[in-house]
Amino acid sequence: MTDNDTTMTALPVLSAKDFASNQEAKWCPGCGDHAVLQQLKNVLPELGVAPENIACISGIGCSSRLPYYLGTYGVHGIHGRALPMATGLKIARPDLSVWVGTGDGDALSIGGNHFIHTLRRNPDLNIILFNNEIYGLTKGQYSPTSKLGLRTVTSPSGVIDHPFNTAALTIGSGGTFFARAFDRDGKFLRAMLKRAALHKGTSLVEVYQNCPIFNNAAFESFATPESKANNTIYLEQGMPLVFGNDKNRGIVLDGFKPIVVDLDKEGVSTSDLWIHDEADINKAGILARFADDDSLPRPFGVFYAEDRITYEDALTDQINEAQVNGCATLEQLLKGDNSYEIK
Amino acid sequence: MTDTKKPTKQVSVTPKTSVSVLFAGDSGDGMQLTGTQFANTVAVHGTELNTFPNFPSEIRAPAGTIAGVSGFQLQFSSKPVYTPGARFDVMVAMNSAALKANLKDLHRGGIIIAGTEGFDAKNLKLAGYPDGANPLEDGSLDNYILFPVPVLQLTREALKESGLTSREIDRCKNMFVLGLLYWLYSLPLEGTFETLRAKFQKNGQMAEANIRAVKAGYYFGDETELFANLGRFDIAPQKQHGTYRRVTGNEACAIALTAASKKAGLELFLGSYPITPATEILSTLAKKKKYGVKTFQAEDEIAGIVSSIGAAYGGALAATNTSGPGLALKTEALGLAVILELPLVVINVQRGGPSTGLPTKPEQSDLLMAMYGRHGEAPLPVLAASSPVDCFYATYEAARIAVEHMTPVICLTDGYLALSSEPWKVESPDNLSEIKPRFQPERKPEDAPYLPYKRDDRQVRSWAKPGTRGLEHRIGGLEKQHETGNVSHDPENHELMTKLRAEKIAKIAESIPLQHIDNGPLKGDLLVLGWGSSYGAIKTAVEIALEQGYSVAHAHLRYISPFPKNLRELFGNYKQILVPELNNGQLIHIIRDTFLIAPEGFTKVQGVPFNETEILNKITDLIKEL
Repeated sequence: MTDNDTTMTALPVLSAKDFASNQEAKWCPGCGDHAVLQQLKNVLPELGVAPENIACISGIGCSSRLPYYLGTYGVHGIHGRALPMATGLKIARPDLSVWVGTGDGDALSIGGNHFIHTLRRNPDLNIILFNNEIYGLTKGQYSPTSKLGLRTVTSPSGVIDHPFNTAALTIGSGGTFFARAFDRDGKFLRAMLKRAALHKGTSLVEVYQNCPIFNNAAFESFATPESKANNTIYLEQGMPLVFGNDKNRGIVLDGFKPIVVDLDKEGVSTSDLWIHDEADINKAGILARFADDDSLPRPFGVFYAEDRITYEDALTDQINEAQVNGCATLEQLLKGDNSYEIK
Repeated sequence: MTDTKKPTKQVSVTPKTSVSVLFAGDSGDGMQLTGTQFANTVAVHGTELNTFPNFPSEIRAPAGTIAGVSGFQLQFSSKPVYTPGARFDVMVAMNSAALKANLKDLHRGGIIIAGTEGFDAKNLKLAGYPDGANPLEDGSLDNYILFPVPVLQLTREALKESGLTSREIDRCKNMFVLGLLYWLYSLPLEGTFETLRAKFQKNGQMAEANIRAVKAGYYFGDETELFANLGRFDIAPQKQHGTYRRVTGNEACAIALTAASKKAGLELFLGSYPITPATEILSTLAKKKKYGVKTFQAEDEIAGIVSSIGAAYGGALAATNTSGPGLALKTEALGLAVILELPLVVINVQRGGPSTGLPTKPEQSDLLMAMYGRHGEAPLPVLAASSPVDCFYATYEAARIAVEHMTPVICLTDGYLALSSEPWKVESPDNLSEIKPRFQPERKPEDAPYLPYKRDDRQVRSWAKPGTRGLEHRIGGLEKQHETGNVSHDPENHELMTKLRAEKIAKIAESIPLQHIDNGPLKGDLLVLGWGSSYGAIKTAVEIALEQGYSVAHAHLRYISPFPKNLRELFGNYKQILVPELNNGQLIHIIRDTFLIAPEGFTKVQGVPFNETEILNKITDLIKEL
């Protein structure tokens, strides 16, 4: 598919529309995917990368329609396989900015193996994981992130599969970047997408994304004004973990155990609070597990960011080393190292 | 024993045209190394050569048992040879299991050189001989020429001052046997010494001990009275002058992919997952970084092919290699490559199936999967290599077709071709056909929109490399609208696109050579139609049948999809067609279906290649019935 309006890259300043395709997004009205697309289109012009140098790769599922709506290069692949395709593209073309749109079923169920291996290899990809805790495109079956007890067409008596903890899985797989965002908070989502783009290595942004048709209000407790303040905590590098309506609650670490404290009560000071450090993998692991404990607020923001060589750079280094005396020729190739003369 | 070269005793030296030798022993006895080294020596000596390693799928099967027997067969000759020999003339048996497993394939009257230590009570029992029976002593080998040689004892004697541990000394016994065979066939030792010195560069003591073992074996031939009656043999070198290298099929595939990338001006990307017997293509390419080759050992077969599709989208020459079970896993992604219309080379090294089957053994049973094993209407070109060296040319041609016709291509080899080797006269870059990728040039804002699925007269679409201005486009697995490539569910469009994709593959027949008759008359009684690794056996059988006066010809298919244009006409020139295959009859299905004719099938599904005798017998039987 092509469109005419993507060739205006000579313009010094690009805007969201320069990164839009001529295709109308076909997601349901009210779907959180629209918000993610919009924020991505807002972020892309800020990166200084022309549309022709960006490729968006996806698998199968509602969210995997993402490439069709961007005015960049893109491939809508097969179910679960977005990550190996993106990895192959990135290895072949380290010069491109490669994005991946994937969902909880695509990335964590059928593509689960690719997910963990991509993270440990650390190619420079920006992965947006649209997590709606349901299979939408196939009409409402439970997914690997669906909550226990959720009744769906394939779990009429309630889900009995323990769900994946995406953050813990990412960190456990050796991922170098994990952030969580929310479709209802556009500004923050945009900031997380930008952080992901700027991270060199595999960036995983989990977006809590509402499916209004098959799993409506799955994330409502993080959304409504009454519940949001007490149920969410926004992470800021170097800042204490505080939350609550009046920023009057905080997290302290008792050994490895996070505990909610009331800052209004005597004996607790901000200096006792957990200070967020994106470079601390142990703390990132504890933050990841907040999602498994209902007494703790749900963290949003960058959990973990590590500077580690990317797969493609490591491979390029090896190739450069092998070519220290120049690229070998076709003639050398055909002759080989063990040829012999018959006289 | 001394190191100084002694004059060879005056035993007779009989000239011979060709000989087939089997080195067989326990998988820990170093028979593959011995065979490979012997093959290198005869290759450099200038004789024609064909080799075939045969080993168990276990790395170390129980020592001494039949399951643990590892063999390396080779035929070397003063005239061209295309097989390792239907049966061997000489068998080296390092233990009783090796003898028992292979005796049926030794010519009556053939030579057995038996390492006597491998025939002690324990080994005889492990090999399953009845209590008290020893074939070296009980006369059961009276129809053969038997030479019992205490290989281990002689090696120990020769190396007692080598400074090696007794375990290390015992491991040199294969080099003693190698030396003895060099003596028997009047071959030079120096090349082996060089190889050993290079191999044990950091361990001079080990290198010298191995060299001493080779010499000890050689001198043993000289000194013992054992071979006085037999004498020595000489296979005169006849090879044309020139520069040669010895390649296995897997190596040839790897070289071809690299050569194609160079010739096409593309970067080579191989996404792969280790699988027997295809892995050497990955490991060989992993060592080709100085040519700019990028290899990616993926987490599974699916990621192997899908990463390659990603690289192909990025403008690389992309390839993946696998064997049967892996091809099964790749089929969904192959369908994606078909609809994306991106170039991709898939090398499938066939092995015995179904399922895990016979992982180290050859079979030609993936042909129908290669042709039809995708959901939906998903035709693609299928090529087959016919010899280790031909693996180069078939793979190169697969890459040419993939790039120039924007399609995935499957190139079939098998476990026999993959591991066998033959000498290859070093190819000149100028002799390789050009490979011309058709990249779409940059588009200016005022130009007409880019149409990713607009086709040329061959129905081939263009390749738009990311990074090219004005060509931003999205493709995917959903059906495409004709020309625009937009997602389309339109019924007529789907039918049109299905037909266009099929027509594109059919039109490849315009750019491939006509089928030629490899040997035999252009009209006659019988045409033997082969494909793949049965080439050598069919070639040899047809040669013999022609000498015997039969009216028989041989055609060997490289292109199975699409077929060469003249195939129907060619079939009309013979009264009957014989299709030998290492499967239960697959090509014959396609031939019957395409041409509505009734050829005669000849199949073998034993995990071993055809031998020329089997095919010759079938040819003569069939012609007699005509």
